[in-house]
Amino acid sequence: MAEHQHEKDSLVTVIGHHVVAFVDYAGDMTVFCIEVGRSLVFPPWFVRETIAQMYHLGVKSLALVLVASFALGIVLAMQGLKVLTWFGAGNYIATLVAMSVVRELGPIIAGIMLAARGGAGMGAELGSMRVTSQIDALTVSAVNPIKYLVATRILACMLTLPLLTVFADLIGILGGLVIGMTQAGMSATSYYFLTLKYLELRDILPGIAKTIVFGLIIGTVSCYHGFNTEQGTFGVGQSTKSAVVVSVLFILIADVFLTKFTLLVWG
Amino acid sequence: MSSSPNSRSLFGDEPEAGSPLEAPARDQPLIVYKDVGKQFDGHVVLRDINLEIYPGETMVILGRSGSGKTVMTSMLVGLHVPDQGTITVAGTDLSELESDEDWRDLRLKTGYLFQASALYDSMSVGENVAFPMEQHTDWSREEIAHRVQDKLSQVGLEEVINLSPGELSGGMMRRAALARSLALDPRLIVYDEPTSGLDPITVDEIARLMRHLQKDLGVTSVVVSHDLRLTEQVADRVALLEEGTLAFLGTFQEFGQSSNPEARLFLHTKEETPK
Repeated sequence: MAEHQHEKDSLVTVIGHHVVAFVDYAGDMTVFCIEVGRSLVFPPWFVRETIAQMYHLGVKSLALVLVASFALGIVLAMQGLKVLTWFGAGNYIATLVAMSVVRELGPIIAGIMLAARGGAGMGAELGSMRVTSQIDALTVSAVNPIKYLVATRILACMLTLPLLTVFADLIGILGGLVIGMTQAGMSATSYYFLTLKYLELRDILPGIAKTIVFGLIIGTVSCYHGFNTEQGTFGVGQSTKSAVVVSVLFILIADVFLTKFTLLVWG
Repeated sequence: MSSSPNSRSLFGDEPEAGSPLEAPARDQPLIVYKDVGKQFDGHVVLRDINLEIYPGETMVILGRSGSGKTVMTSMLVGLHVPDQGTITVAGTDLSELESDEDWRDLRLKTGYLFQASALYDSMSVGENVAFPMEQHTDWSREEIAHRVQDKLSQVGLEEVINLSPGELSGGMMRRAALARSLALDPRLIVYDEPTSGLDPITVDEIARLMRHLQKDLGVTSVVVSHDLRLTEQVADRVALLEEGTLAFLGTFQEFGQSSNPEARLFLHTKEETPK
């Protein structure tokens, strides 16, 4: 009986610790976001650094996004074709791929790839800067590190991810075209025609618009974990891991609400 | 207990308009620690520190690892805030500085050399030195390039201007970091363990640089160290920290003759160190 009570106490203690840790994390993150928000609103703005970060994040993540979205387009077309063939609608694979990619999969795959490459990079870079006192060096040089390091990276994520998503959409559709031509016997012209026939701007724009929020999530989460790195090089590893895992998780959760919202607004 | 320091130029000799830093009179201390205390998670790091540092003086703060030396000096630039007591720099009570804007003038006039050098990895040595100038002045590119060259030549590193910090030796990294901290011609320099891990020849080079800055440019220096070789060469006065309290304050000669057990231990350990 006493042992059972002890186990119950331990469980309550463990849950309590997790709740406290979560509230602590949420509080820290909120304060961090407020500081970043203030940095984005008030000058000075580090435009050159923001452009440099856009280059690092965008250009260097592009190949990864292209390969991933091309593979995704192929797999989606192969699976979709199997189902559509049951209903004698194999030609509509073009429409299925286009709709799926531009409304959902393109933004998601671009977001996850940016989190994997750019988010990990930001978490590791800021973490290393923290443990080697480079962030303190900025502070004592009278340069606000939140403005110079964090706000610029978050802004770069928000501006870069929509552009990456456009490429992801196009290449994903191209992946579908390959399957449409090789397995569904479609010509490039008919695939092109069926892709555009049902695709409207209200299918494309919400998908791209929500990647601005994904960019905000990736930038904020990755910079938060990197900026608050503790425990030396071990901490840098932890920050890098957290930057990716938490970013991807938050993107997927946010996508639920954003999808609901965009469906309500644009249908 | 303390000897009279040589007064040289004053911090804030040329104060900016609206600067919170007023130059003290020459015989007035530039930095005053008054009853300063600090603790982390209940662990007392500094207790009742009272210390005055005069313009143009080089004050070396000695102490064992973990005795609170770095915390004490990092308070001068706002990296840590005292829990008790006050710190005054050039007449400005640091507890009144809250925002980054409030700290700006003080930080622009203070150079800080970190123990780990803290050079920005993503920039070349030249870009590291140029960075404070780009951020805080409206100098032209040519002028900045000229000044970067000048600062690097002061520390004997003109030839590494295009190298990245990772390509430098430990001693070169310290000197490059020193060049960066000199970028805006500071009136006060804080050196955090400037010679730790360096060979005696490089220690002497760093000491020579520090003496040059003090004697020729009149810079006030606060040096955190446990290197007696360096201390002997640069210190006007020595403050010895022991478990967060000030155990000794005086010249290096007085330190050598002190009967303070911690001071004796320091000197004794030095004598026993194999050459």
